[in-house]
Amino acid sequence: MVSLHSYLILSAILFAIGTIGVLTRRNAIVIFMCVELMLNAVNLTFVAFSKYLGNLDGQVFVFFVMTVAAAEAAVGLALMIAFYRNRESIDVEDLNMMKW
Amino acid sequence: METLFFGLVAAIAIISSILVITNKNPINSALSLIMTFFCVATLYVMLEAPFMAAIQVIVYAGAIMVLIVFVIMLLNVRNESSRRTRHALFIGTTTGLVLLVQTWYLLGRSSLTGAKGKIDSAMIAKEGHTELIGKSLFTDFLLPFEITSILLLAAIVGAVILSKKKL
Repeated sequence: MVSLHSYLILSAILFAIGTIGVLTRRNAIVIFMCVELMLNAVNLTFVAFSKYLGNLDGQVFVFFVMTVAAAEAAVGLALMIAFYRNRESIDVEDLNMMKW
Repeated sequence: METLFFGLVAAIAIISSILVITNKNPINSALSLIMTFFCVATLYVMLEAPFMAAIQVIVYAGAIMVLIVFVIMLLNVRNESSRRTRHALFIGTTTGLVLLVQTWYLLGRSSLTGAKGKIDSAMIAKEGHTELIGKSLFTDFLLPFEITSILLLAAIVGAVILSKKKL
């Protein structure tokens, strides 16, 4: 029987790796993928708690998180395509059109 | 046996997620991320949540990653140029590691109350996981479920408007 602690440690590690990716990479699509990785780490926490506390509400939350992630993917990638059309690049350092 | 399997899956998940953030080519990152999603789906099966594992594979590894790979190929993204700033790398890594140590410390100090809900393995085996989720979704969480449909509609309209030729 794997303890709840191991699952929580694993998802903490995955979340930290996702954070490092978001903060260090400069390609917008890779940053986006790192955000998905962080969402997955949180989902794993939800499901682990749901199992060990004997309550299904956490898994319903995971369902909603996945819906939000799908909507985010659609809108985020549309934004990237629009940005690429203007700048011929998806490097976040070129994202300075709104800079004053 | 179960602990051994958990260790194996966790190691693969961590290694492939490190590959996500270290690969120079975005396509390789995307493929490593799919590997991580499959590992998480395996962990969901171990946590007696087969429905979650199924939608993890179908929605995440299927729909979302196909969309991402499609966009990477459509935009013909080159490898990241090497004008990466050293201090950004240092600060980002430090922040992530501090976050990890903080979480680890808090997890080591905390304990659960031990309160248990009414869902256990026997009930999941008897009634079925999908039935339990469905029952919960369409009774207790009916309003959030309906709001989700509005969110998806807004996302569809937003994506269509944003990717129009003349913005």
